[in-house]
Amino acid sequence: MLKSITEDGEQDGVALNVELLKKEQLERRLRIIMPASALALALLIWEALVIYYEVPHYLIPAPSRIGETLITDGPSLMTSAWFTVKLTLFSLALAIIGGVALGMIFALSRTVEMSLFPFAVILQVTPIVAIAPLILIYVHSTFVALLICAWIVAFFPILSNTVIGLRSADHNLRDLFTLYKATPWQRLRYLLAPSALPYFMAALKIAGGLALIGAVVAEFVAGTAGQNSGLASRILESSFRNEIPRMFAALFLVSLLGIVIFLATSWMSKLVLGRWHESEVKRER
Amino acid sequence: MEQQRQLGAGDALIEMDGVHKRFGNGTLAVEGMSVSIQPGEFVSFLGPSGCGKSTALRMIAGLLSASAGSITVNGHPAGEGGDGRDVGFVFQEATLMPWANVFDNVYLPLRLAGASRKAATPEVEEALAMVGLSSFRSSYPRELSGGMKMRVSIARAMVTRPALLLMDEPFAALDEMTRFKLNNDVLKLWEEHKLTVIFVTHSVFESVYLSNRVMVMAARPGRVVNDIALPGGYPRTDAYRTSQEFAENTRLVTKALEGTLSHAEIDH
Repeated sequence: MLKSITEDGEQDGVALNVELLKKEQLERRLRIIMPASALALALLIWEALVIYYEVPHYLIPAPSRIGETLITDGPSLMTSAWFTVKLTLFSLALAIIGGVALGMIFALSRTVEMSLFPFAVILQVTPIVAIAPLILIYVHSTFVALLICAWIVAFFPILSNTVIGLRSADHNLRDLFTLYKATPWQRLRYLLAPSALPYFMAALKIAGGLALIGAVVAEFVAGTAGQNSGLASRILESSFRNEIPRMFAALFLVSLLGIVIFLATSWMSKLVLGRWHESEVKRER
Repeated sequence: MEQQRQLGAGDALIEMDGVHKRFGNGTLAVEGMSVSIQPGEFVSFLGPSGCGKSTALRMIAGLLSASAGSITVNGHPAGEGGDGRDVGFVFQEATLMPWANVFDNVYLPLRLAGASRKAATPEVEEALAMVGLSSFRSSYPRELSGGMKMRVSIARAMVTRPALLLMDEPFAALDEMTRFKLNNDVLKLWEEHKLTVIFVTHSVFESVYLSNRVMVMAARPGRVVNDIALPGGYPRTDAYRTSQEFAENTRLVTKALEGTLSHAEIDH
């Protein structure tokens, strides 16, 4: 009697597991299929509305027209995209280096933090469009000026999260390191840095997007004056010339760049925190 | 197992002399504590919350400084002697690094002492075997149960082969079955490795089961009220929990905790 119950129970268990697995697979597929089809549908509706109401392309171009422009203007748009990519990644890299370095100094010394934090806050709260014209006057190279603008925007979240992260280490673990007479370097390397990592990764996701925004805003302020120009100045230039499809094409590339940065930083976060941090660990159900 | 770190023969391992601890907010956490602990003793600090037992333990570890009086451990002022490898500390929580797997968590004290991973591997493996977690070396803390985490924590404390093991209510948050099992594990380690253990707990049963000496403490201000020797019953096993002697000792220690114990009873 008992035995048969157990066997039945086990069989039920197996059947349930298979079903659960199937459900999970389906869910995984839906996660890609649903947003993709929603996006495709939106584009189709857009296309259909433009054709149906015969909207002229200098007002709202159809997606197909934007695609065409992307191809015909491809080479020149790519040059601009590359400029914006360089600007964004450079400024992000500098923001990481500067933010982490300054964050470590802040975490080590309250005095330095108290003295320098106001500067960081002033840089953060002053809108970049307001500072950019000054920077463009004082800095000879347009690229460097744009770089500084994008850096100012991306720098702060990295700094503030690094400081919080370095201070967030478990106090018992700190005691343990004291007990074993860890050197300051060991403490940083084996305790503070790993504790700060989740905070840093969160900041990186924010700063990645902000670096792009900073780059685009700075380009707008700089206008089309520079010899080599990025996507934002192409949008500006196209708007002066009433070339709406090219505006959309450049806009599409800016969005694409933003999405790629977001996916890359999310992927990195998963890679670094995936095995241990609650934010990235998949819960068993 | 290699030889234990040598102590001066006949000397107390720990000497607390008139130790006071007053915190910044004015609380007198420990008042006039004078205790002498010999090598090989298993001492429990037993008392209610706020009796200063954890504070006393942290002062012995050198994590807190005494406001007055002196504490020497192995002849040195607390926290100053040696390279930090003579003392193992087990916290109330397992206090593992969540980003590191079991092996790396246990390897930590040796890594901080400058040992390469390769050189430390035999010692880490031995410590893991001691607590029966060899097959979990590459698991992460979040994948372990509370009891297993605590065993990793004990392995980490044991990996430097300390002479002194300090335990701060290590099993308070565990279920009773797990606690009984870990009690036996600790007793085994103590017997096999000739450790000196100071065990902070608020459980009468735990202190009576484990230790051969119970320092009963009272709160506000934190102080030692009784120092009770319980030498019998070793090697203690689960059978000891139901023995006449265990019941008698429990009654004695409970009375001490209530403050109704006479000196005649202690001498008995």
